[in-house]
Formats: sequence, C-alpha cells, structure tokens
Amino acid sequence: MTQKVAYTNARLLDPASGTDAQGGVLTIDETIADVGRLFVDGVPDDCRVVDCAGNCLAPGLIDMMAALGEPGREHKETIATGTRAAAAGGITTVIASPDTRPIMDEIALVEFLARQAQKSGVVRVLPAATITRGMAGQEMTEMGLLAEAGAALFTDGYRSITNAQVLRRALSYASTFDALIAHHTEVPELVGDGVMNDSETATRLGLGGIPAAAETIMLERDLRIAELTGGRYHAASISTAASVDAVRRAKDKGLRVTCGVAPYHFSLNENEVGHYKTFAKVSPPLRSETDREAIVAGLADGTIDVIASHHRPEDPEAKRLPFAQAAYGAVGLETSFLIGLELHHKGQVPLLDLLARYTVGPADILSLPQGRLARGAPADLVIFNPDTPARIDAAAFQSKAKNTPFDQRPIQGEVLRTVVAGAAVFEVA
Amino acid sequence: MTSSAATPFPHRHLLGIEHLSPDEITALLDLSDTYVDLNRRPEKKLARLRGRTQINLFFETSTRTKTSFELAGKRLGADVINMSVEGSAIKKGETLIDTAMTLNAMQPDAMVIRHSDSGAADLLSQKVNGSVINAGDGSHAHPTQALLDALTIRRRLGHLHGLTVAICGDILHSRVARSNIQLLGKMGALVRVVAPPTLLPVAVERLGVEVHHDMVSGLRNADIVMMLRLQSERMKGAFVPSIREYFRYYGLDRDKLAHAKPDALIMHPGPMNRGVEIDTEVADDINRSVIREQVEMGVAVRMACLDALVHQTIERPAKVATP
Repeated sequence: MTQKVAYTNARLLDPASGTDAQGGVLTIDETIADVGRLFVDGVPDDCRVVDCAGNCLAPGLIDMMAALGEPGREHKETIATGTRAAAAGGITTVIASPDTRPIMDEIALVEFLARQAQKSGVVRVLPAATITRGMAGQEMTEMGLLAEAGAALFTDGYRSITNAQVLRRALSYASTFDALIAHHTEVPELVGDGVMNDSETATRLGLGGIPAAAETIMLERDLRIAELTGGRYHAASISTAASVDAVRRAKDKGLRVTCGVAPYHFSLNENEVGHYKTFAKVSPPLRSETDREAIVAGLADGTIDVIASHHRPEDPEAKRLPFAQAAYGAVGLETSFLIGLELHHKGQVPLLDLLARYTVGPADILSLPQGRLARGAPADLVIFNPDTPARIDAAAFQSKAKNTPFDQRPIQGEVLRTVVAGAAVFEVA
Repeated sequence: MTSSAATPFPHRHLLGIEHLSPDEITALLDLSDTYVDLNRRPEKKLARLRGRTQINLFFETSTRTKTSFELAGKRLGADVINMSVEGSAIKKGETLIDTAMTLNAMQPDAMVIRHSDSGAADLLSQKVNGSVINAGDGSHAHPTQALLDALTIRRRLGHLHGLTVAICGDILHSRVARSNIQLLGKMGALVRVVAPPTLLPVAVERLGVEVHHDMVSGLRNADIVMMLRLQSERMKGAFVPSIREYFRYYGLDRDKLAHAKPDALIMHPGPMNRGVEIDTEVADDINRSVIREQVEMGVAVRMACLDALVHQTIERPAKVATP
C-alpha cells in the first residue's frame, strides 16, 4: 500500500536548485515524487494532505557533527533522545560523532551504531568513524572497510592529529575511497592550560587563554597537507577570522577543502563567558567580536560550507564546576537552525544561502542524495515559520542534556513539522 | 579618620575588587585603621560578630591567610571553623558545590574560600545564603590582599592617589597582581607591571597599566616596589630558563632598587623566595621593607571586610572601636 502525501500551500525553499516559490511537494512512500506548482486543480483523492498554510517547506536539515551518547554515554544522551531533539530542530540526518565509549574505530561498532539507530532513532543517523585507532593520533583505522560498513566521514572528534605525517597518510589513503577527513584544528601545546579565548577577558577572569593562532596554525598546516595529498579535507569547526581567510585562500587555489562552524561561533562572542558561565565553555572557544563578524562574513560569501550543531550533551555534574574543570561543549540539535535564522533576520545571510549551509552544503560534501527538494530524493522535509517570535527554553528540550548557552534567548522562528522518509517525526502540537 | 558617618555597603559577597567603588574602598580602609589600633591593645576582642558563624574553607594550603581570617573572625567575636582539604570530603570526590551546599545547610554567616581555580568563589556565592569572601581563587582575585596592601601604603605615605607602584614578577599567574592593579587604579595610582613577556597575561595593558620588561625602566622613580612570588615549578625552563637568570634580570636587589625613589617601600605578599625574586638584604631592610607590616594589616583589613559584609554597612569607626 503506497502512501502518498501532498504538501500544499507551501513556500518552497530549495537551495540546491535556487528555488524560492509558492508550490507543493508530493511524496510517495519514502521518496519525493514531485515538486513545484502542484495541486493547482486540487489534490488527487488518494493523497493525504498536509496544508503548509503558507509556511516554508525545505529539505530536512543535515547535521554534520553531533554526539548521541551511544555507546557508553547513555546518561548524557541516547539515540532516542538525541534524534528526537534533532527532529524538533528540523534535522533529518545526523552524523554521530565517534568519540563514544568505546571509540568508534572498529567495523563492529559502526554496524552496532547503525543497528541501534534503526531501532531507536527517529531521524537518519550516520555513524562517523575515527581517523586513528583510539583517537590516539598514531595509527590509521580501516577506512575502506569502515566506509563500506557505513561510516559517513572520518574524524578524531575534538582531538587534533598533531603528527603531520599521520594526517598526511590519512588524507592520502582516504582519497582512494574519496572519503572525507574532518579535522578539529588546534595545536594542543598552544592550548596548554587554556580554557577560553586568549584575551583581555581571560586576563581579567584569571583563566588560561587559547590563542586564535592555536587554531589557525593547525589549519594552515592541514591545508598544506591537503594540497600535498589531494585528499578531501574538511575543517570541522573554525572560529577565527584568520581561519576564514585561510580557507578562503585555499579555495581560491582550487583545493578540495571545505569547512564548518558551530552556531555559537556566529552568534556569541567571548563576553558570553561573563562570570565563569560554564555553558559558554566550548571547543574551539568563543572568540572575539571581530572573529564572530568574520565567521558571519564567511557564511555570507560561501567560504563556510556547513553549519553543524556540534551537539555535546553534558550532565549538570560536568558543568557545575569551576570553569577550568568543567567539561567543554553545548547541546545544539534543537537550536542550531533557530540560531541560524538570526542571520537571515539581521539581513546578513539570505534565507536560501543560510539553508544551503544546513542542507545541500553538507549533502554534497558527504555525497548524500538528501538535502534537496528533487524528484527521486528522499522525502526528508522540514516545515517552518521563520518569523514566529519565541524564546529558547532549555527545560523543554527533548535532549537529555540542557547545557545550552542560549537558554531564554528571544528568537524568531519555529519548526512546525519534520518529515523523515515520508513520515512525520516531529509536529508542533 | 576621614569617614564620619555610616557608609552603606550593599554587597553580600567580596569576590573581587571590581564591584567596590573608591568611596567604599576608602571606608573599608578607614575602618581597618580602627582595627589596627584595636589589634595593638592587650584586650583585642569585640562583639561585632558575636553569635555569628564563619567557616574558612581552604582548598589550597595557606598558613598566613587562613590564620589571618581566623584571628579576624575571632577578634570580632564570631565562631570560626576551619576546613582544609586534607581530611575533607573533597578528597573523596565530592565537588565544590556539594561541599558548599552541605556547609550552607549549617547556616554560616560568612564563608571564606581559597581555591586553585579561578571563579571558584563566584561559583560558591551562587549557592550559599551567607556572605562569601574570596581569599584567593586561581589567578583571578585576592581582594583582601589588595586592601591590606593599600592600607599598608596609605599608613606609610598618607595617600594612594598619584603614587607610582611597580608590580614585578609573575603577573600571569598572580591573583594578587590582578586585584592590586584594579584597586590601585581605582584609587588613582599609576601602576606598572614589570616582567618578562612569558610572565605577562595577554592584553595586560588593557587593565590600565604601564608594561615594562626591564626593572630599570619599571622601577624608575617608583614609590612602591611590589614583588610577587615566582613558584619554583615555573622556573625550570617553562616560563623562564633558570632561577639564576631570573634573579639576574628580575630579582630585587640593591642595584635595581636604586632606580626607585630613595624612600621607596618594598612589599611582598609572601611567602618569599629569598634569592629568587628578592634579595635577603633588601627583604629585611627595616627602613624600606614593609613586608611584616603587611601581615599585621591583613588581620585588620579582614576584620573590616567581615564586619562590613555581615552588617552591609560600614559604621563610623569611632563607634566601632569603643569596647
């Protein structure tokens, strides 16, 4: 029995085709069957109708980096809670970060995660595997076999591979399978005992500083190695103006490099740390206002390809500590897109371009068929109203963890319905 | 005594200098002066904090600060409990917050905290009902040290405004330096920091100080030379190459001191590393060194802070001192 759903009265937003027009979408089972000026003469009888009432309809969002807690950290998040959070945030595909316990460096683990996701996930979950065994930065994992088992990309999470030869060989070897290496770029020795941006604020608070150069030096090195090897390189999360420049120059040279940012890096600056607010302790750290502005500019001009939530759930015990001892990270699945909409409302990034960073941007990097409103593409959709005034409420999060720096932030925008493979997985009551 | 009436002191906690106005600082110092006099009398006990409970919670070892706070509380009539990390639940993995909540349930009126992490006192203050006094948190702040330094200077030189103060040594890791920079700056002194670049925090000039990398220019015509302790683990190649090289360029000896004003005062928050940051001969010069005086002022300043915080007002000194 085929399921046909007609999404009518929508403002269709499809960055892949540059579409911003009134229309509708027809899905048959798990696939988009038609897009455009549909149902002008009414909806066929065999279709269920979802009246979008003039709201925006876009491809479901793809999140290139989120920790889902399984295996090993189920007290912080599970696939069930994490994917419900994703659905509430309009996200239909999540790349699960591999810094699990045990670490995602074995085929059996990748397969395990994929099975778990089938069982308890409400959105698509694609495992990422590590670049090196145990994320120790020394020996390569079986990237070919892991990719075959379903690993969507390779990353050592929030650890940088300091040994340039290891990264060189990883990039070089991964190119055999056209696999993507996503790298956290920080020189650990320059991070040292730093816990926030190295600046006047850190000096006043008596906190160790992480210089912007700690990131950019590693990134510049990586870009040279990418040039040397021809491998596909993705800087997972950049935070500084110099890093945006470095990526921009590398792209101008024609290198196969891309980069991503986390929402807090374009919406917050280091002042958010205030008086030791540990929810503002993230990696890389919140930077200066100048850096934040450069990140916005990088998103606007396309230097930055991807916005990823960098969802890192933490229990209260890991955050209710003196700043230096507190865990890094913020949850972000439910807020990633809503915070991104601020850039549209401020007129800094047009809505279609903004959506591209959440949809076709990551889809193209990962060679995924979703992330676009096209015939034959998976029926992964998000319906949202970009203008609804609201306030972020951490207490209402689907995620097990509530560690967000955005709690009670006034926002404009609301996700109304999230559809995965033709079925609604989130709906505003 | 300059203050003649009660000054409101609308602060529940003393976490740093940044929340204090110059008038409040002056009032605290005036009150401290009264307590210096009291402390020099044979009968030292007042009833200002009778019936109140003070807990000293020291996560870092300290002899003089803990003793100083203990004496301060006792001389005001408070019941004082000392808790140090040795033998406490912290060793068993209890967090700072858990400890704070437990102690808070015992209804202390004041908690004095020292901790190796910046922000620990702020964190504690969010969780307890009584007053929190920061007795040093990481590299962040040590407000009572800055107040006692200011009191020492004011009693010797009569004022703070317009003085040139050179703070020398490990500024990077020093909470004493940060609090002194703020307090002296607020009171109109010119503050210089003198250190190799490896021992200066980034953007330190934004705190309103003059930055010097050599002692000759840094000490020139200074009224006060304030030396900081350099911890030994930081001298073995990490921040400076060796003790002898550090002492050669940044240790305070007669030759370097000659560039300061002829009657310049020498200060040190203690404990001193003789032969590392300060020459013994200079440290013990009774005409110049006020290092022991600083310790005496410490008790009086802490009495004034406890008194002001618990009563949220600074009484006319004459009234307070009458037994």
